[in-house]
Amino acid sequence: MNTTPQQPGAPVWHRTWHVGADIDTDALAPGAYMQHGIDTIARHCLENIMPNFAAEVRTGDVLVAGPNFGIGSSREQAASALVHLGVAAVIAPSYGGLFFRNAFNLGLLLLTCPQVDLLRDQARLRIEEPDLALVLPDGARLPCAPVPGFLLQMARAGGLLKQLKLRLAAQRG
Amino acid sequence: MTSSHAPPASSLAQKLIARASGRGHVTPGEIVNCRVDLAMFHDSSGPRRLKPMLEELGAEIWDKSRVVLVMDHYVPERDEESRRIVRIARDWAREQALPHVYDSQGICHVVVPQGGHIRPGMFCVGGDSHSPTGGAFGAYMFGIGSTEMLGVVVTGAIWLRVPETIAMHWSGGLRPGVCAKDMMLAMIARFGMNGADYQAVEFCGEAVRALSMQERMTLCNMSAELGAQTGLVAPDATTRDWLAQRPGAGLHPTPQDLLSDPGSADVQHDFDATTLSPQLAAPHSPARGVAIAEHADTRIDIAYIGACTGAKLDDLRFAARVLRGHKVAAGVQLMVAPASLQDRAQAESEGTMQVLLDAGASVLPSSCGACAGYGASFGESQTVISSTARNFKGRMGPASTQVFLGSAYTVAASALRGRITDPREVLA
Repeated sequence: MNTTPQQPGAPVWHRTWHVGADIDTDALAPGAYMQHGIDTIARHCLENIMPNFAAEVRTGDVLVAGPNFGIGSSREQAASALVHLGVAAVIAPSYGGLFFRNAFNLGLLLLTCPQVDLLRDQARLRIEEPDLALVLPDGARLPCAPVPGFLLQMARAGGLLKQLKLRLAAQRG
Repeated sequence: MTSSHAPPASSLAQKLIARASGRGHVTPGEIVNCRVDLAMFHDSSGPRRLKPMLEELGAEIWDKSRVVLVMDHYVPERDEESRRIVRIARDWAREQALPHVYDSQGICHVVVPQGGHIRPGMFCVGGDSHSPTGGAFGAYMFGIGSTEMLGVVVTGAIWLRVPETIAMHWSGGLRPGVCAKDMMLAMIARFGMNGADYQAVEFCGEAVRALSMQERMTLCNMSAELGAQTGLVAPDATTRDWLAQRPGAGLHPTPQDLLSDPGSADVQHDFDATTLSPQLAAPHSPARGVAIAEHADTRIDIAYIGACTGAKLDDLRFAARVLRGHKVAAGVQLMVAPASLQDRAQAESEGTMQVLLDAGASVLPSSCGACAGYGASFGESQTVISSTARNFKGRMGPASTQVFLGSAYTVAASALRGRITDPREVLA
């Protein structure tokens, strides 16, 4: 998984990590470490599934997963562990509903792509804005389901906390 | 079909959301903003995460009378980290002078309704995935993460995509040794852990109407494992009788019209309770339904009756029905962690706890315990049968721990025989 230095303004190619279906929140944020801060939890993210993930993932990488990513608990550390590790987006055909809300609240972009099987052998991809299609090195384009505008804005703003801060500051004049 | 002037048919979920969003009618798929009647959180999802974020914002709780804090995940404290987390919760509750705090009284999803905080018609959020439990009372209740809870605590409101309603219609009546937990395991096995696709599930039909309040709570609780946003049971005489015994009874009249209109469900699935047998989920997913007979030779080390899902008073009574006058098999540890102190006290006064103790049970604190997997968990390579909700790999112990899920009846029968056992064999 070599990366070439990006030119300023050049399209961003994201390295991909691949996991299967039904990745639960305990796999993303193991309960045994939930008493600790996010740096510790993130070090154990997905350790039962991809033991090298937390150590080797780099800022800007994306996670490509099977259906039902993030099922399970309400612990938002499942999403914030990925944010902490620098994951730019998750791409999966479907998500646990609670995880879906948490991810955007924490500033993590989730893309819903029914054709995720076509990404299985891809080591890198681009995310095309503004329509959120995935572009493969051979030029193939995979559409993703639309994301409501206010959620996209929240993810781009870095999450709900940052948005609330701006909103409260504006109210206080 | 309706005439052009008649109001469109609404499900119970739509009626609750319409009320909370100040609309006459809401349509599945639209995004609305809802006023929150109650926000519940615990020691793990609550103060330790909310306090620093509130300070960062310089913001205050929008309405303390609508907030309930429950210490249930890291109690009793077992090490320096859990002591720190619980201390933050206690100090913050005092600083904020929160009027509704339940410290080490039991698990939030059981303690909060027992405290009379959840009433039909309300719109509630909880900082925990099993928050749909509140739907058993005809309230719209769902789980959210801590940052989203911060948004609620600051603004008193939350957005929602109006869900479709999936009606789970159960006709007939459950046979002895079969209970709500079996109904849920059967539905989860059939539809999968995300089968409800974050829509609203409403449990209905004569078999649901016949269930006690706590059994209805079990249905709505495990809506989380179906992947529903919420699980609902329409309020009726059983709901009213139960609520009449809670604090504040009479202060909150049940709103009219908390029934789904005929034809309002987007999907209906039909089940026959009469033919349902005890269910079992194999490691490592609640959706891995298997026949008990297939595992009749699976020996168990631990039988665990615990959690908001599987250790309420009714569950303790189910276990006692199986265990009365018997001892658990040699080499099996039977652990019972009653879901709340109130349930435990009632089980003690009526003799249910004595039956369990006489059978050899050890009684654990009324907290989330091994179910949350936040420290108090099982050992390497243990085979466990548990009345809890989740058996994810590595959740209740090391990755080598094998956890089977069943009802309290099935856990008790398995403890008795030392291997996975259909409770009807023992009850007969």
